[in-house]
Amino acid sequence: MLTKRIIPCLDMTEGKVVKGIQFINFRDAGNPITLAKKYDKQGADELVFLDITATVENRDILLDVVEKTAKQVTIPFSVGGGIRTVNDMKVILNAGADKVSVNTGGFKNPKLITDCANTFGNQCVVLSLDAKMVSKNRWNVFINGGRTDTKVSAIDWAKRATILGAGEILLTSIDTDGTKLGFNVELTKRVSQAVSVPIIASGGAGKLEDFTEIFKKGNADAALAASLFHFKELTIQQVKKCLKKNNILVRN
Amino acid sequence: MIAVIDYGLGNMGSVTNALNTLGVLNTISSDPFVIKKAKAIILPGVGAAGQGMKNLKERKLDTLITNEIKKGKPFLGICLGMQLLFEKSEEGNVSCLGIFKGVVKKFRKEKKIPQIGWNQVEMKNERLKMRNLFTKIPNKSYFYFVNSYYCAPVDSKIIAGETTYGETFASIVEKDNIVGVQFHPEKSGDVGFQLLKNFIRF
Repeated sequence: MLTKRIIPCLDMTEGKVVKGIQFINFRDAGNPITLAKKYDKQGADELVFLDITATVENRDILLDVVEKTAKQVTIPFSVGGGIRTVNDMKVILNAGADKVSVNTGGFKNPKLITDCANTFGNQCVVLSLDAKMVSKNRWNVFINGGRTDTKVSAIDWAKRATILGAGEILLTSIDTDGTKLGFNVELTKRVSQAVSVPIIASGGAGKLEDFTEIFKKGNADAALAASLFHFKELTIQQVKKCLKKNNILVRN
Repeated sequence: MIAVIDYGLGNMGSVTNALNTLGVLNTISSDPFVIKKAKAIILPGVGAAGQGMKNLKERKLDTLITNEIKKGKPFLGICLGMQLLFEKSEEGNVSCLGIFKGVVKKFRKEKKIPQIGWNQVEMKNERLKMRNLFTKIPNKSYFYFVNSYYCAPVDSKIIAGETTYGETFASIVEKDNIVGVQFHPEKSGDVGFQLLKNFIRF
């Protein structure tokens, strides 16, 4: 049977891993390649690299990190941040990434998702969706690093993007991100029920129980965390041990 | 020298990175001269069967690969590279290389498609163990899969490994000089690298 995946996320700027709270206020968390190798050894199932400032200068630094990581880790990893064209995706895949995530670029130009899926296969295209609650049980898609409300329903966009060709969704809850108060179970459950592609839940992991909850109640296929792992508050093995105790299948 | 076949579809870099880490001499090529001289061939692949067969035919690699296999050259097909060994794929209703009898079907029982992540491979057909493909790999080890389609061989004797995702399917096939794996050994941590090592020792 397929296991649930635990995925550390490395938000990057200027070649360093950083961590933010609700998309603002960043702390330096270390060297990306060192961290990537460490997580590989510690049993991470995949890695996510996110270029959070995505300027031209940072793009070259990012590609260097991608190339080195591809040669030194033995697990899959995806890369996102500022992807606007098929060529942006091509360059990152050629550098050695396994998947590329699109966020604002895909929302503003939905054809990008289809073009990327047609060129590289939908399993290479991850929709990165940042959602914020605007009223009871209604979440909107936010773009531009979580700053701009598109007024579009997150569930509608998730459905549409998978039809366009996204093979997986990285769903980040802006409300819970960085708070350590738990993943957003309700949002994740609703999106997971609405689409037939795997969902990676992101935003809010703070303690062991949060992971059990997002898999059991949120129907997530994978769970992503950043500062929890970067600042060694929990280890991947601790999380997996707890999940196993709760009869959730994970890779040893 | 191992030839990793370049037919314009995804992830050759991942395979060569893994081979380089293992210290195995390798090259990415679509040149018939290089492929014929190689000691073994790896056919990787991420993407759709239709595009895969189209690209192989355009480069005349379909006949080349079939001939090299018939001559007994060790061959490893990864993911799409395994699927193309069969007669036909439901993905695009495409005729493939036809080296093995059987078709490639879409997962129907699980809701989330593609299957993305780590799943167990259970060893089958004890006599194939003699081929040492599983040396130092515990039974039911986890490997990394990304697939919406799976192979359904007619001859069950070629099935060396099985995996379950809604339905139970052949995750490894093996016959004589040919090995096909549905998962990505180059992305499956230590056990994946061990499998690549075992294939190279073939």
